[in-house]
Amino acid sequence: MKQSLFERRHKAEWDRFCGLLEQLERDGKITDAGSFPKDYRRLCQHLALARERGYSSFLIDSLQQQVLRGHQQLYRHRSRLGANALAFILADFPRLVREQWRFVLAASLMFFVSLAGFAVLVYLSPDLIYNLIPAEQVSEMQSMYDPVAGHLGRTAERAASEDWVMFGYYIMHNIGIAFQTFASGLLFGLGSVFFLIYNGLMIGAVAGHLTYVGYGQTFWSFVIGHGAFELSAIALAGAAGLKLGWALVAPGRLPRAESLRLAARKSVLLICGVMLFLLIAAFIEAYWSSMTRPSPQTKYLVGAALWLLVVVYLVFAGRRRHAPE
Amino acid sequence: MLETTALPRNAPLVPPLDTRYQVETPEGVDLPLRPAGLMVRALAFAIDLALRGLVLGVLFIALAMLGKLGAGLGSILLFGVSWWYMVLFEVLNQGRSPGKQWMGLRVVHDDGTPVGWSASLLRNLLRVVDLLPFGYFLGAISCLQHPHFKRLGDIAAGTLVIYREHSHTRPELPEAQPRRTTFALTLSEQRAILGFAERQGELSRARADELAAILAQPLHVPAAQAVTELNGIARGLLGPT
Repeated sequence: MKQSLFERRHKAEWDRFCGLLEQLERDGKITDAGSFPKDYRRLCQHLALARERGYSSFLIDSLQQQVLRGHQQLYRHRSRLGANALAFILADFPRLVREQWRFVLAASLMFFVSLAGFAVLVYLSPDLIYNLIPAEQVSEMQSMYDPVAGHLGRTAERAASEDWVMFGYYIMHNIGIAFQTFASGLLFGLGSVFFLIYNGLMIGAVAGHLTYVGYGQTFWSFVIGHGAFELSAIALAGAAGLKLGWALVAPGRLPRAESLRLAARKSVLLICGVMLFLLIAAFIEAYWSSMTRPSPQTKYLVGAALWLLVVVYLVFAGRRRHAPE
Repeated sequence: MLETTALPRNAPLVPPLDTRYQVETPEGVDLPLRPAGLMVRALAFAIDLALRGLVLGVLFIALAMLGKLGAGLGSILLFGVSWWYMVLFEVLNQGRSPGKQWMGLRVVHDDGTPVGWSASLLRNLLRVVDLLPFGYFLGAISCLQHPHFKRLGDIAAGTLVIYREHSHTRPELPEAQPRRTTFALTLSEQRAILGFAERQGELSRARADELAAILAQPLHVPAAQAVTELNGIARGLLGPT
């Protein structure tokens, strides 16, 4: 068949399909979507015919472009986020954490051991902290947690707007740290290891120092509540980063790029859970931890309950499968 | 695209000169995508960066009037804009941030499908690593050495930055008397002749003559008439319009 005949015969069809495409690209939906796949496959056949018969570049290129546009409308990756957020929170996320327990364990060990270890060290030999944190910052921190006149000793009439400021600041700061800890895992995991240990040392140093100077009560009662979510989130972000790095270090039978791609798909889900944790943490930090009215005992109790909640959630949630997955 | 000459056995395939990236669809059709290189992507990023700076600047001035509440909102805003600007635009605007749209680029998955939430989040989170140790150094290195110009975030997320297709306008074929060849043409010869006729509007008269003269001898015509002869064959191939 000559090209001009071919074009004349199918022109109406192509124009109609082009109209459908424009509608889809503009509004994301069409009135009669039923015939779209059929029309698309027919267009694919026309393209194949045009190539096989050696029709001119103009025809082939424009058919190709239409097929590409159709392909992009017809085929989508099913989003594993968003659509089933509830299932993700209730079951998929803790399941994923348990599935990746090796990385979670490694990251938790690095983070919590360096935190606890350095806290004890600083408590026993207080001068150590000055190796890590400059003296001005230490004294600034100290004045913040001063039981008599610290910023945290805010009275009950503190404006709600101030909570907002802190909420915003915590989200910004903490999620930033978590993202950094995760992303730097791409450097063969070294970045994640560095940030896990570094953050562990910093937090440990502050905790040890403040306990040593006798501000333990204000400090611990302040941090215990949101710490449950915040610290575990950093450890989980580190675990996601380690997973990325490990995919590069030991890709197994896959090429490194492919292994990285597969690992990244899992770790991005971990990061979504981490963001959720940090959102909760920022909320608790701004609205509960900063309250001064409850006695420290209440805060310790609530804090312990929150820690327990995190552990129970990660260990037990989603163990039993419910009907529609 | 249409290679008809067989390569000798075990000869390595010659990599094509252009940077096209072929995607095979489930329908068995090969779709060529054109990955975008470092320079145009850097420009798109610069536009995005400037735009973000502008938006943040304006909003901060507005928020500064709100006092403390404004400061809180401001830091949430800064967070949102610095981490989510790219992701939101890429997912909700067919893989195009304003800078990419300006430069005619878009982000797609490796298989040519529109970029989704997880891939977009991933490629933009890993931007931090591409930035290391300063000014996109790692990203640029990775982009320059990768056959499809991927930075590290693209490799991990399985995404590709491509040029958006422009719509084609039908080229005007030069007038000539349709004729048939006395011998059978192979597909690539047929495509080449049609291509010559379609592209003649872009060529100077002298260049068209020069190109056509190459074929004067096999067509058994004087060199001066080769262009007309080729146009005639192209018309004949195309059929009556």
